[in-house]
Amino acid sequence: MNQDIYVLIEHLQGEIADISYIMLAAARDLAESTGGQVVGVLLGHDAQGLADDLAADQVFYADHPALKEFASDAYLKTVASLIQERTPRAILFGNTTIGADVASVLSARLSLSLVSSCVKISEGKLISQICGGKIMAESELDENTTLVTMIPGGYKTEAGQSDAPPAIETFDAPALDDLRVTLKGYVEPETGDVDISKEEILVAIGRGIQVEDNIELAEELAEFLGGTICASRPIVDQGWLPVSRMVGKSGQTVKPKLYLALGISGAPEHVEGMAGSEMIVAINMDPNAPIFDIATYGIEFDFFDLIDPLLEQLEDA
Amino acid sequence: MPNIVALVKMVPDLVEELEINDSGTGLDRDWLRVIINEFDNHAVEQAIIIKERDGGEVTVIAPEAEGVEDMLFTTAAKGADRMVKLSHDDFEEGVNNHALARAFAEKAKEYQPDLILTGVQANDDLDGPVGPLVAEYLGMPYLGYICGVKIEDGKALVCKEYPGGLTAQMEVSLPAVLGIQAGEEPPRYVAISKVRQMMKTAEIDEHETDELDPDGGIAVNRMYLPEDAGRAEMIEGDEDEIAAKLIEIFKEVGAL
Amino acid sequence: MPERTNYWGIPHTWGEPETFVYIIMFLSAAIMLFRFYKRASLWWQIGRPEARWDKIPQRLWLVVKYAIVQTRSLRQRYPGIMHAAIAWSFFVFFLGTALATVHDHFFEFLHGNILIVYKFTLDIFTIIFLIGAGMAIYRRYQEKPEKLTYDEGFTRTLVLITVIVLTGLFTESLRLAAERSGISAWSPAGHLLAQLWISTGATEKALTNWHLGAWIIHLLTVAFTLITLPVSTLLHALTAPLNIFFSKLDRPIGALAPTATTEDDEPIFASKLSDLTWKQLLDADACTECGRCQDACPAFNAGTPLSPKQLMLSLRESFVHNGTKPVLTGEAIPEDVLWACTTCGACVQECPVLVEHIDTIVDLRRYLVIEGMVDAELQTALMNLGRYGNSFGKSERMRARWSKGMEPKIKNANKEAVEYLWFVGDYASYSPTLTEITKQTAEVFQKVGLDFGIMYKGENHAGNDVRRVGEEGLFEMLAEKNMKAMSKADYQAIITTDPHSYNTLKNEYPANGGQPVLHYTELLDQLIASGALRFSKKLDYKVTYHDPCYLGRYNGVYDAPRRIIEATGCEIVEMPRNRDCALCCGAGGGRIWMEEGEIEERPSESRIREAVELGGVTDFIVACPKDVTMYRDAVKTVGAEEKIIVKDLIELVYEAL
Repeated sequence: MNQDIYVLIEHLQGEIADISYIMLAAARDLAESTGGQVVGVLLGHDAQGLADDLAADQVFYADHPALKEFASDAYLKTVASLIQERTPRAILFGNTTIGADVASVLSARLSLSLVSSCVKISEGKLISQICGGKIMAESELDENTTLVTMIPGGYKTEAGQSDAPPAIETFDAPALDDLRVTLKGYVEPETGDVDISKEEILVAIGRGIQVEDNIELAEELAEFLGGTICASRPIVDQGWLPVSRMVGKSGQTVKPKLYLALGISGAPEHVEGMAGSEMIVAINMDPNAPIFDIATYGIEFDFFDLIDPLLEQLEDA
Repeated sequence: MPNIVALVKMVPDLVEELEINDSGTGLDRDWLRVIINEFDNHAVEQAIIIKERDGGEVTVIAPEAEGVEDMLFTTAAKGADRMVKLSHDDFEEGVNNHALARAFAEKAKEYQPDLILTGVQANDDLDGPVGPLVAEYLGMPYLGYICGVKIEDGKALVCKEYPGGLTAQMEVSLPAVLGIQAGEEPPRYVAISKVRQMMKTAEIDEHETDELDPDGGIAVNRMYLPEDAGRAEMIEGDEDEIAAKLIEIFKEVGAL
Repeated sequence: MPERTNYWGIPHTWGEPETFVYIIMFLSAAIMLFRFYKRASLWWQIGRPEARWDKIPQRLWLVVKYAIVQTRSLRQRYPGIMHAAIAWSFFVFFLGTALATVHDHFFEFLHGNILIVYKFTLDIFTIIFLIGAGMAIYRRYQEKPEKLTYDEGFTRTLVLITVIVLTGLFTESLRLAAERSGISAWSPAGHLLAQLWISTGATEKALTNWHLGAWIIHLLTVAFTLITLPVSTLLHALTAPLNIFFSKLDRPIGALAPTATTEDDEPIFASKLSDLTWKQLLDADACTECGRCQDACPAFNAGTPLSPKQLMLSLRESFVHNGTKPVLTGEAIPEDVLWACTTCGACVQECPVLVEHIDTIVDLRRYLVIEGMVDAELQTALMNLGRYGNSFGKSERMRARWSKGMEPKIKNANKEAVEYLWFVGDYASYSPTLTEITKQTAEVFQKVGLDFGIMYKGENHAGNDVRRVGEEGLFEMLAEKNMKAMSKADYQAIITTDPHSYNTLKNEYPANGGQPVLHYTELLDQLIASGALRFSKKLDYKVTYHDPCYLGRYNGVYDAPRRIIEATGCEIVEMPRNRDCALCCGAGGGRIWMEEGEIEERPSESRIREAVELGGVTDFIVACPKDVTMYRDAVKTVGAEEKIIVKDLIELVYEAL
């Protein structure tokens, strides 16, 4: 076994996903304690160029038509053969729709240990965040190659980017036939009225707003601030706002100047989409809400009680 | 007509305050209240939606936990045909997903399922979600983050979620395991009297799990509540004071 | 001595006129009864059985009160007088005819003064009837209130009964004109009209012929009216007294019946006509379409699709065409109609014929719930209630968090004996906006030296509105949990903050050792009367008081809160809709948990406007935690913050202590 830390680079429709940079940054932390290198594992088809800005010491690249876009079987076979061949110290996956489909299966297939929901790595310790961000768990690498799935929140994407393209080593994918999973195509989301990922000011609402009527108040506030409203998943699931307004894991990733979180508890799935905001102001009734761990300013209050005096003062201002 | 197995587990209820046990490596189970994993709840809903559309049978399997019978009867009231409770002394203590997945796999294969549905994740997963592990132990393909399933000619056409609202149409050969992110419809409401009726008429099959093999999970050195270190600067005061302070902040970032 | 002349001026060409009259009347009555039987048999052929034959004397008394004296109908002056004028006249005419028959065949007594009184009375009621009919014509064709049904059936009935009375009057007056009888002045209307006939200069022969014509028309119109009665709007003359006779006597108005079961103990969730009881179908047939329920209904006035009147008519329409329209939920009666009801009880309170709208609405809701047809917000609330015992989805351990820091600590009634078990309720316990009020309530109790305790996490939502949503199983579960907790407590009486909890604890929970259940206003009123509660300050606000539905209409507590307010020194100015006419805030019956839907004006906003229009009233006093929430929102949405403040009654008490 070598001491290198591998990172399964995720990309979608020709673009590297942010989680890949985050993992590279985390892998750097881990590699420092193991004394190995950071290696990006890139699977694709005519996608070598995607490796250009990866902050890795090296990138292993496999090219195959079946690897053009993600489909679990082809990825599994390729990554499994790579691990078996090269036995890295650890390999990081995103705890995402791509990485999570691969990591657990590999754990069972190769009898390797798996640590999931890791948010930060320091001094060789893997810190996982569970229970909606309310519990932290610390573990160490197993004696064999350890599989890790990562969630955003502990690293900035910039830390995983580099101006100098890494060295690329191509490797052959194994025979990719008898695939049981195939991609039929993508369905683009309905384009919303606004692109929240480009907004500078966002007023975000979560489960804590309780009733649909309160959305109007949030909208009014957003208007004052020259921004727009977005939401966490429960609000969209209720059908109160369109999918185009969803922030988080299956929604948009946003990086506004101001993210005003109303009644959002701050579950990791949501935080993933907004942790990169310049300033986060959170209003929540639950003093233990994890959102207060990442917010710049926190207010323990019922939003509904606060909104009226706030709107009044805004009117005066 | 598809034979569907839904795998369900109970997870910590985040409405309650969570505490760490004395050894500092796990949750304090004495005080823990558990609730159905919300993604598993969606998986059950999806299973019943498929059954209502294509026929077949739905079997729900869950490891024992406080309130698991009520939960199983609730799934029966929604339309599940069979309820199975896995029992083992260690379940109460909490087992990792590798051990649970092996137990699930062993029981699920008895029903020769065409489709196994489970939640894409759970809030207490520390060694990956259960679904892909079960899939690999049974030699079935796995797809997670699923938000819709159609069964056609021995295959499932599924809708898989990607970031940004993008979804992929994927085809997977059956039998397969799917990790459900959201059912095609949100979980339905079942009236308490229907659940109570089930308690009187339906029966839960109890299955003793022989062995729980946690291999593949990893030992937790330390479990703790997030430190206050990185916490937000809390703004205190009455409504008006807070509002005033907020306006200052808004001005500061140029929102006003 | 005046004597009654029978069949004056009626020729005997075809034999005894009496024979014809009896044959015609007997046949008409027989046809009428047969047709009515056919209609009425639908009730028990379609509807399920339900025992309502007990307490006959009490039922008869109700018939006297509501069907004969018509006290409910008389609550509204114009239509009340109008209807009474018409109905009482017919009662008198009917009685008059019956007495004449008795006189003719059994016992002759209509002589002399008795006959004069008899004739005078009948004649006066002819005038009364004409006034009533005139009022009806003005109302129906000139004033045209929205609540009425504008169907030609009503016109037909009005024409028929007016023709009956007018031809009767013509018959009488033409006879008087022909007879020139000296006692005709005792029949003032007939007498006056007779003068008119005389002034035409018609011969006695002509008058007699006219008389015959009027008499025949009178007779035939009566016959026709009888025959068509079961298919006309006059049907209510039979169904209304029946409905009143069979009205619910087995439980207080605040108690719903549990879900009905079949003989095999299977629950019946009503979705079809045949799932309702015969009495529920009779309700629909008894509806007189007066529209008072609709006028009083907060849901209707808010612009929701619910009209309690239309609900009854849909039901009627459905069962009259049974076989083609037997499915109620979602078909004859749309779901949103059923969900719009706040169960405030105003419709039931107003109905002159004692229709029980809410029982039917809840029965139909029970089906929707069992089928899972509930909206997302309601589903969340119900699931929270099932799991945590409160609609807020908070941990039960947080139930008494509001009391944190109170000194002395509030006793745990599950651990030590208390005189009063305070059932705090969900909103007062969990709603952050109400924490202050709940604390003040506790402090008031402490200051007057009350020995009280709460059940902390042992308390669950009382279930009043859960039951009214139609989630009977959940109601039972919550009630069982509360009963269990209460059985562990040692107390003399229960006090509640919430009128909804109060209602269900008092009327729907099985009697728990017989301890009384009091609303806190009743308790404070008692304490003021006994001198235990004395105020040190005299407030001089001009206030108005809003009667919560479940305190006022459902439980008749109107005066206690008013006495307390007056004791604090405040002056009460009543809103036009006060006491049993109070408008619901819109939150009841589980509406507070549901999606609002399309609405024109929230009931709470209408209410606040009503209070503001009083002029000079500074405080809007309520005695229900949900009211505080609803009305504080309404004050904001109507922009009346500068004019009126919503206060719980306890805030006045606290201030005046």
